[in-house]
Amino acid sequence: MKNTKIIVLTAAVAVAAGCASMTQRDDAALNAKALELMKASFREQGIAKLDRLVQDDVQRLCSEYSDGKALPKDVAERIEKAEQASIKYPADGKYLGDWKNGERIAQTGVGMQFSDTAGAAAGGNCYACHELTKQELAFGTIGPSLYNFGKIRGYTPDMQKYAFGKVYNSEAYSACSNMPRFGHNKILTEQQIKDVVALLMDPGSPVNK
Amino acid sequence: MSRINRSVVAALCVAAGAALAQQPSSTVQEIEKYRAALGDGNPAELWEARGEAIWKEKRGPKGASLERCDLGMGPGVVKGAYTVLPKYFKDSDKVEDLESRLVTCMVTLQGFTPEQAKKDPFGGPGKKVAMDALVAYITAESRGMKMNVAASHPKEIEAYELGRKMFFFRGGPHDFACATCHGSDNLRIRLQDLPNLTKQEDARKAYTSWPAYRVSQGEVRSFQWRLYDCFRQQRFPELEFVSPASIALTMFLAKNSNGGTFNAPSIKR
Repeated sequence: MKNTKIIVLTAAVAVAAGCASMTQRDDAALNAKALELMKASFREQGIAKLDRLVQDDVQRLCSEYSDGKALPKDVAERIEKAEQASIKYPADGKYLGDWKNGERIAQTGVGMQFSDTAGAAAGGNCYACHELTKQELAFGTIGPSLYNFGKIRGYTPDMQKYAFGKVYNSEAYSACSNMPRFGHNKILTEQQIKDVVALLMDPGSPVNK
Repeated sequence: MSRINRSVVAALCVAAGAALAQQPSSTVQEIEKYRAALGDGNPAELWEARGEAIWKEKRGPKGASLERCDLGMGPGVVKGAYTVLPKYFKDSDKVEDLESRLVTCMVTLQGFTPEQAKKDPFGGPGKKVAMDALVAYITAESRGMKMNVAASHPKEIEAYELGRKMFFFRGGPHDFACATCHGSDNLRIRLQDLPNLTKQEDARKAYTSWPAYRVSQGEVRSFQWRLYDCFRQQRFPELEFVSPASIALTMFLAKNSNGGTFNAPSIKR
């Protein structure tokens, strides 16, 4: 195991570096080397296996088009189309759960870390990035404020469906969004997503007060 | 040992205040008060003193101290050494950060096996480890000096470029990369300011504030620990201590902080 790692590192650093203007081919080679380096440097721990380093198309493309490299329009449209097609809407056609549960889900960030237990219900940790209610002052600013989400947009069935889809798979509406794909990647259950949608869309929710 | 941290803390508070200037004033004031209270003396000094003793102590199968260890500025030079790390070392033919260099010296000078040298990377409840203390002592000897990572040797350049790729690599169930939280200006997660580590000004401020005594944990946390815990929150598998990827990423962040004045061990919540 140790020898493998040393060989990988040696291979990774053996190729000449430092070209000021890297060609596309060099960049792809560097991506491959970085991945090899990571595979040799992380180890399975608890629920977090090494397959977490295997990127899907969205992760690969969104990594490629970062670091000052703009996301081309056609690539963005391709991602959004594919991700939209993958959304599984509730069979019962109902999008609104219980906003009180939704608030709890929005408050907690537990889940999916190597220090978390397998099978435990995860949170959405919405407040880490979004303002939602006026009661919670400890909100982050990575995402936009969602205060008055339903009140501003209208409490229509279409908007409920949009909110469900956005929480289920954010990449379906905004390619390379920073927001996790909560349904697509099975972070939250369908019922949990409904509860979060209720937090955003229920007229009785503090989000809309 | 009685280093006065007040000027450091004052500088931090000014910086924090500027970053939070657009936030509601009462929240900002409360955060500033809290940070000022934290700055009244830093328990990291205990780790620094213990680290100095361990540095000079004869340990391992060879019964040698680390005093002849070359941290990058010649054998035994501790003053300012942290400001030039990570760095390529001819003897090991590797780019090494402080922690991996200490492992190398424990093996070559003191006769420990690499497994023994890496066995206890981080302290925890009821467990004080040599590595944390050594890191606290050595980094404190660079306090007030400017970061000066060369990144000029081909292997250093390669490490920097690989670290940069890692920084933007999205993966795991949450699609997170380092850049998700640390790639844009003026962001917060909950109430915590997030430095944009791709920019020199923020990278300087952040990198020069580690290691840190974490009040919430009662431990001095090294930069290796900082990366390990970031990747835990990123929902990645476990980043191995002194692994090549950890050193590459450190190279990217350290070089981005060049010219910044090193101000650690600091104190954080």
